[in-house]
Amino acid sequence: MDESLNLVLFSGTDDKLQAAAVLAAGAAALGKPVNIFLQYWALDAFRAARIGLDHGLAAEAGPAGRAAVDALAGAGQAPWSATLRMAKELGGVEIQACSLSMDLLKLDAGDLDPLVDGVEGVTAFYLNAGDGQIVFI
Amino acid sequence: MPIVKTAQAVRTLASGAAVELLATDPGSTKDVAAWCRVTGHELLEQSVEGTVFRFVIRRK
Repeated sequence: MDESLNLVLFSGTDDKLQAAAVLAAGAAALGKPVNIFLQYWALDAFRAARIGLDHGLAAEAGPAGRAAVDALAGAGQAPWSATLRMAKELGGVEIQACSLSMDLLKLDAGDLDPLVDGVEGVTAFYLNAGDGQIVFI
Repeated sequence: MPIVKTAQAVRTLASGAAVELLATDPGSTKDVAAWCRVTGHELLEQSVEGTVFRFVIRRK
């Protein structure tokens, strides 16, 4: 149970980011170290200027999915960024931006929300992951 | 997420002190028990009243 959980986030839609946040928060609550690696559209969603905006849902959600997600939000479910902040407060959660994706999106570290701890490459991510599981979302 | 709230609350307790958790999430029954097993904190009480799940957890 002490092995790290290592999440590679690629998708930037709110449903997938919420799923990732739940996995991260659950692990943090259990005392498991969590390393998150932000790539592509997930990284884009962590822009300081965009983090609170609507990132849409995966196509498979459809209109019914949209309604279901809105209903849950209306009932008070926290947005994924808030869940991740809670997870970080519990300790052991590191969020790093993929340097290649920073390049792709022409981002500077200053463009990112404070949830992001830094920028690293895949090698550093693998080193920190050690023998822990790697999950791609 | 009940166990996130649980973890947050238990962290503020002195050793031996207890906290009461009320949740409406049906998954909380298994989740809170599992959390206690993993973290070593003690689940003192567990009950259901209508749609509310009640737990009392003591910090180890």
